[in-house]
Amino acid sequence: MAEAYIYDCVRTPRGRGRNTGALHEVPPIQLAAQVLAALRERNQLDTSLVDDVVFGCVSPVGEQGAVVPRVAAIIADYDQNVPGKQLNRFCASGLEAVNTAAAQIMAGQSDLTIGGGIESMSRVPMGSDGGAWVSDPAVAYKSYFAPQGIGADLIATMHGFSRRDVDAYACESQRRAAEAWKNGWFQRSIVPVKDILGDVILDRDEHMRPQTTLEELGALKPAFTQMGEDFGFDAVALQRYPGVEQIEHVHTGGNSSGIVDGCGAVLLGTKEIGERLGLKPRARIRAFASIGSEPTIMLTGPAPSARKVLKRAGMNASDIDLFELNEAFASVVLLYMQDMGIPHDRINVNGGAIAMGHPLGATGAMILGTVLDELERRGLGTALINLCVGAGMGTATIIERMN
Amino acid sequence: MNQTLSLAVDADGIALITLDVQGRPMNVVTPALLEELGAAVERIRTDAAIKGAVITSAKADFMAGADLKWLLEAHAQIHDASTAMAFAWPLNQLFRQLETCGKPVAAAINGTALGGGLELALACHHRVAADNPATRIGLPEVLVGLLPGAGGTQRLPRLIGIPDALRLIIEGTHLNVAEAAAKKIVHQVVPPESLVATAKAWVLEHGNPVQPWDAKGFKVPGGAGGMDPRSVQTFMGGTALVAKRTNHNYPAPIAIMSAVYEGTQVPIDTGLKIESRYLSTLLLSPVTRNMIRTLFVNKGAAEKGARRPTGVPASKVTTLGILGAGMMGAGIAYVSAKAGMQVKLLDTSTEKAAKGREYTEKLVEKDVARGRLTPVKAMEIVTRITPVTDYQALAGCELVIEAVFEDRAIKADVTRKTEAVIPAGAVFASNTSTLPITGLAEASARPAHFIGIHFFSPVEKMPLVEIIVGRETSQETLARAIDYVMQLRKTPIVVNDSRGFYTSRVFGTYTNEGMTLLHEGVSPALIENVAKQAGMPVGPLAVLDEVTLELAYHVTQQTRRDLGDAYRPLSGWPVLQKMVEELKRLGKRHGQGFYDYPAEGRKRLWSGLASAFPAAAVQPEAEEVRKRLLYIQALETARCVEERVVTAAADADLGSILGWGFPAWTGGTLSYIETVGLSAFVAECKRLAARYGERFTPSPWLEARAARGETFH
Repeated sequence: MAEAYIYDCVRTPRGRGRNTGALHEVPPIQLAAQVLAALRERNQLDTSLVDDVVFGCVSPVGEQGAVVPRVAAIIADYDQNVPGKQLNRFCASGLEAVNTAAAQIMAGQSDLTIGGGIESMSRVPMGSDGGAWVSDPAVAYKSYFAPQGIGADLIATMHGFSRRDVDAYACESQRRAAEAWKNGWFQRSIVPVKDILGDVILDRDEHMRPQTTLEELGALKPAFTQMGEDFGFDAVALQRYPGVEQIEHVHTGGNSSGIVDGCGAVLLGTKEIGERLGLKPRARIRAFASIGSEPTIMLTGPAPSARKVLKRAGMNASDIDLFELNEAFASVVLLYMQDMGIPHDRINVNGGAIAMGHPLGATGAMILGTVLDELERRGLGTALINLCVGAGMGTATIIERMN
Repeated sequence: MNQTLSLAVDADGIALITLDVQGRPMNVVTPALLEELGAAVERIRTDAAIKGAVITSAKADFMAGADLKWLLEAHAQIHDASTAMAFAWPLNQLFRQLETCGKPVAAAINGTALGGGLELALACHHRVAADNPATRIGLPEVLVGLLPGAGGTQRLPRLIGIPDALRLIIEGTHLNVAEAAAKKIVHQVVPPESLVATAKAWVLEHGNPVQPWDAKGFKVPGGAGGMDPRSVQTFMGGTALVAKRTNHNYPAPIAIMSAVYEGTQVPIDTGLKIESRYLSTLLLSPVTRNMIRTLFVNKGAAEKGARRPTGVPASKVTTLGILGAGMMGAGIAYVSAKAGMQVKLLDTSTEKAAKGREYTEKLVEKDVARGRLTPVKAMEIVTRITPVTDYQALAGCELVIEAVFEDRAIKADVTRKTEAVIPAGAVFASNTSTLPITGLAEASARPAHFIGIHFFSPVEKMPLVEIIVGRETSQETLARAIDYVMQLRKTPIVVNDSRGFYTSRVFGTYTNEGMTLLHEGVSPALIENVAKQAGMPVGPLAVLDEVTLELAYHVTQQTRRDLGDAYRPLSGWPVLQKMVEELKRLGKRHGQGFYDYPAEGRKRLWSGLASAFPAAAVQPEAEEVRKRLLYIQALETARCVEERVVTAAADADLGSILGWGFPAWTGGTLSYIETVGLSAFVAECKRLAARYGERFTPSPWLEARAARGETFH
């Protein structure tokens, strides 16, 4: 089997995902095109050698419909021979796209690929693509569908994470992200977004609230109480978890991932193509895996997917230097640390989506880059990138830095 | 000769179809109606002399729906998809033929149009309703476990939009004429005398024989399908609420959601097929049979005196005596006075007796405030109740009900005092919930006139009355007790004497099983949630808190004293004993029981339960807990049948649902056994007995019955 090497990682800064956000004026296809253009320029890439561009996108409708990566490659002046494909594994789409792009290389069917993801949540709102899971009564009923926030609160209830626990985690995420930005630890991968005249619109993550205090977080109203109690979703969740007396709603806008716009991409290739193009491999993909988990609580997939990928790589959790688990909700990370026995100083060391936001389809590709930058900065070897996924899934990838 | 309708063509060429199902007080869908309406539709379509039609009714109602007895008989014949579709499809198809007959048809809705009645009207091109305050319009099929399967799930949303239609169909709401007009379900409201003329005028002047949904470019108002965000919201929220309310026990509401969701995205002909398929799934479900049989057919029969001995002349209570003006006595006084009886409410002091009447004063005040009662009527009800202390006041009573403290000596005393003054032919009834009637009757000089009339609390809300026949009770006394309950418009069941009779006895197995589970280390949240998810209105621990653990404790001690050596401690006793004797948590009224009752917010399970009854490391599957809680009640009911405490399956079913809230989807305790299947039930009881104790052991009688395949109904 061929090895898949990572040659470069880029991402846009994340803009607040509302109509006052800096990236709201930028069509998603242009965000994607700027990222692809950046990969080309940074690596002096002969794009005719790119075998495929694989992008994840969670709401692939409207402006994000019709195979964004292929069209973005055209707009980014890639060679017309470069194909694109779009995939959806909900919140892990960006990582899944990297895994798929790597898989083509590992299978010996591609030499040079790009994996990434796009989501302009301010322009194509979450849920725009509907889906039978949500809207078809027979499907929602049989699968005990409940929105993610209910699952996040259920995890907190079942594992005794208090409102203060989740807020404290959120506060630390803000602190870490602010410090990383301050020290320039994200600089290597950030591609500022420009307008059509070439002026920079956004060059840093816009969602952060570095000044946030625990007291301020504690004053926010729980976000999912009404949905749970008035719309019946607590009852649906308890039908699956009858041992829980009632769900404690602890998650707020402050300790959940932010809604943002953004795009990220990763350049992958064989060892040979790197040598041919004069690119230095930064890391290699050791293994990747996805699993399905109980869909109603929905967010318990990370640990089982981590164990699966570790087994596939022949490794233990203790062999991993840094963990990057998407901060969908604070309770998801708290449960993961408890379940996997990971100390807080080895996971999400530069903060995560609670501070910087979670552009659904892009996040997986973004956080892979973030943690690779950090491995290099710290001179460490291995990282495990992991996301909880809608409908009860988990996706995980292990990378190993090249010296 | 037609049995269900007539067809007359007037000089203008308008065919007037007048529904009049022979031998029925109301028009209902029957096989004959189906056939004759089919012939009428065919004639309208093919007879060139006919320009259009008006459908109305010769009865007070337009049409009230399907004949439930016919449905129940049909259910027994439906056993696979093809027999179900063969039942579901013809009416649906007929109504479709009506609306596509090529000639304008108007419904002249003279009175109530429910279920199939409204569906018939919806299949007409125009609807005129008489301004009749008695008219009820709606699609209540969900209440019998069905969906409106003659186009109701397809036409109503196409007419008024999905959210409004779903609300009406899932709730089974009845509308009056004005509300139906406001929702644009009927087009015109006119005085009754000009109803048919107005409908005919529409046919002559406007008559458009094309339904909106058959017109080109039709769109469901307000949007439909998985691509319309409004519709997605409706179905996402609606499905969760259905799941919450049904706990997945009732198949009809979700079938309605699906029929509407899927059917409104396709042409109506396809939608009607989809609807019939979903109706077929319900026709194949035992829940549908259970609900129709118990909640409608058997309940209706019981209320019409199904258990009343024949040959006893009908009787009526004009003056009722009640002994004891406590909560039960006061409640009985209220419902009896409301039903028109004079009530002598007796207690040991004038204050106590008057306080009993205050209960009625408060209830009628509320009704007056809500506009349900005029102040004059309210005053009449209150003044029918006379608080008294002297037994002489009971001299003219045809029936006296004692509701004094549950103590044999006190009951014996009031019995003797009452019998000294009431007429020789009067009936004396005890409202005891636990003490055997035959024993109480020993204090009576005329035990043939002695009977148990067991009301449930709160009396004005609980529809069931359990009548207990003692060893000496005469058939005439029984008939008169049933007559009294029918006067109250409550539902009587008749059982024979036994400790706890039927309802209290079986209900006790539920609370006992709840405590036993706790004793075994099953998490209290799991016990309570599973019970509620199975369809019980309240978890076993919460209900013990309600009745108070103190009372349960005293009843148990009383039973122990009464039975002596024959007493066998209950499996849940250690929990009850510990809660009462050691932890002093006596129930809700005492502020603490299995639950804490904070001054603000909801009750919460007491956190101390975790140390008082430590949780087992491995918790059982919810399904196992559910089985234990339901099976133990069903099995105890079967024992009541074996011991002839219960002699009619309908009584067992009705008593369980209306008396203590056994889930309605089961059809009642005995219907539940039949739903599981007798053999499967017995086999499962044996497994449970081996695992959890001999209280689950089925008797040889039940095993033999199962082996013979002999059901209870």
